[in-house]
Amino acid sequence: MIKVSPKAKRLLVPIVSVIAGFLVGAIIMLVWSYDPFQAYSSMFESALGSANGIGETIRNATPLIFIAIGFQISSAAGFFNIGLPGQAQAGWLTAIWIGLAFKGLPVYILLPFEIIAGSLAGALVAGIAGWLRAYFGTNEVISTIMLNYIVLYLCQYLHQDVMNKSLRVDTDTTKTVGASGSLRIPWLSEMFGGSRISGGIFLAIIALVIFWFLMKKTTVGFEIKAVGLNPFASRYAGMSDKKNIIISMLLSGAFCGLGGVVQGLGTYQNYFTQTTTLDIGWDGMSVALLGGMSAIGILLASLLFSILKIGGLGMQTAAGIPFEIVSIVIAAIIFFVAISWAVGLLFKEKKSDKTATYIATAETAGRQAANDQQKGGEA
Amino acid sequence: MNFVTVLALIVSSTLVYSAPLIFTALGGTFSENSGIVNVGLEGIMTMGAFTSIVFNLSFASTFGTATPWLGALLGGIVGIIFSLLHAVATVNWRADHVISGTVLNLMAPPLAVFLVKAIYNKGQTENINQNFGYFSFPGLANIPVIGPIFFKNTSAPAWVAIVLSIFLYWVLYKTRFGLRLRSSGENPQAADTLGINVYKMRYAGVLISGFLGGIGGAVFAEAIAGNFSVSTIAGQGFMALAAMIFGRYNPIGAMLSSLFFGFAQSLSIIGDQIPGISSLPSVYLQIAPYVLTIIVLVVFFGKTVGPAADGQNYIKSK
Repeated sequence: MIKVSPKAKRLLVPIVSVIAGFLVGAIIMLVWSYDPFQAYSSMFESALGSANGIGETIRNATPLIFIAIGFQISSAAGFFNIGLPGQAQAGWLTAIWIGLAFKGLPVYILLPFEIIAGSLAGALVAGIAGWLRAYFGTNEVISTIMLNYIVLYLCQYLHQDVMNKSLRVDTDTTKTVGASGSLRIPWLSEMFGGSRISGGIFLAIIALVIFWFLMKKTTVGFEIKAVGLNPFASRYAGMSDKKNIIISMLLSGAFCGLGGVVQGLGTYQNYFTQTTTLDIGWDGMSVALLGGMSAIGILLASLLFSILKIGGLGMQTAAGIPFEIVSIVIAAIIFFVAISWAVGLLFKEKKSDKTATYIATAETAGRQAANDQQKGGEA
Repeated sequence: MNFVTVLALIVSSTLVYSAPLIFTALGGTFSENSGIVNVGLEGIMTMGAFTSIVFNLSFASTFGTATPWLGALLGGIVGIIFSLLHAVATVNWRADHVISGTVLNLMAPPLAVFLVKAIYNKGQTENINQNFGYFSFPGLANIPVIGPIFFKNTSAPAWVAIVLSIFLYWVLYKTRFGLRLRSSGENPQAADTLGINVYKMRYAGVLISGFLGGIGGAVFAEAIAGNFSVSTIAGQGFMALAAMIFGRYNPIGAMLSSLFFGFAQSLSIIGDQIPGISSLPSVYLQIAPYVLTIIVLVVFFGKTVGPAADGQNYIKSK
């Protein structure tokens, strides 16, 4: 056991979790006689070793930041929004459709139009679940799972049977959006070796700032958190739980929709038929679980996640090691983050000044009580 | 097509598609009643599916027609081992149940595909030769009208699952073990005071869900998919989770709502063989199961009530 200050412990626990995750991956590789050193070095090499690699890593992180923010806003209010893939998909199709249908508009009108419409589409999908929860008490886990599939098939129908044929290349793929409707920035792509990086990353950083501001500095954020912690106390304090449930789901869906928008307008430039729920939805959830409630945490987690994903592809080509190992590493890291209490046992906190410890204990006790209350409320 | 044939087709495909959901949802009820939320059913099913297919491919010539059943059993055992991760994390190490369960979902597909690649050098297995197929109950199948609809060319695992759900209802509500398990999920402090080992009960709940979830995945793989790839289990675990909540955390409820989901899913697959429905655009049939679920939930159930201490870590005071 190592003695550290409480502050150092807060930093050390996630770092140890990340290292432990990589170790799990290394052990699995050793068991199947792959070389972990070669694997990890080729992974970092391909994710960070070239301008193109860095560009692709950032490109991969961009939508995940939005979706992780979306997940965190709903979980702050006490909801498990598992409908991230559907909300992102709605945003993606909407943005591309508008980009293609209004191709002639100038960039300063078209781009905001696409982005706003995409986020509204995501908000609409999540809002349904929020409305059902607020007024009928419908379990949001079920309703958002169901909405994922409804959106999946509805998008297929809309894009294959409703969308004007002239906007599509064939049944499965739409045309690409023009320069005025795209988030790609020529000089940025050039700077990063012709990768698919887009202006979406700047929007993502703005979104992180908004997220931080929303949750820490505004009444809306405060009420969402309050309702999440203790719906009874919040109602007693005059906050409307119905209103906050719906607002948090709308905001959550709007951010997820934006994740789909940057994936569409930034990465692919078109929409094509999806056969399963959208990957970025689940990846975004992983990022949120890794990054926790803080904006910086989400940014770092999205980058780590993307280094692993993009590097994993390079590792497969360069070292011949199955790509799946990086997903195992990601899952293992999240596992260690989840059991941070047990990981924390490795470190013993130095006796710091008494008041700090006292406040910390009071805080945990309070949270426990709030949890009990909330559970009671659901029952 | 006459009426009985259409009905027989609907019933048999409903049973085929429900079987994996029933097993998995039953597992879910035990985990949740012991107080551990288990959103990792999807991952557990994936491991069960993977195990059963590998076993089936390797031992089909040795065990013949018993292979799928043995494969399902082995899938269940691997499900137990896999769910141990969730049990240790949530019972002993105070992990958030939802995050830990999500880890199972994130871990299973890459782990299984990695192993498939390591064993077979490709991302997808061959098709199995010994699958569950169709089963006719001797005797019962000859009953006029009812026989052909329910007992002829039907899914044997589904009938096992239905009988199992009644047995598990008895276990959960009529035995000492069931009472102890439920009290660990309702009020762990009180249960502990009365000398019940809450940790042990919660382990039992999670491991039972691992066993049944593994079987559910294996049944899906060996009765419907026929091989294993990354997309073999695509959402069935979540459907089972929904069925369990829909069934109000009760084994028989979980079984009935799994049958409902299985029915709705099979409609979109056999719809074009049924006169009247085949003329509808396919999108309606595709989204029907999911829309119906939401509507039924809103209209008939409203708030679902779970065990009071479901999702809360129980930390034994020293």
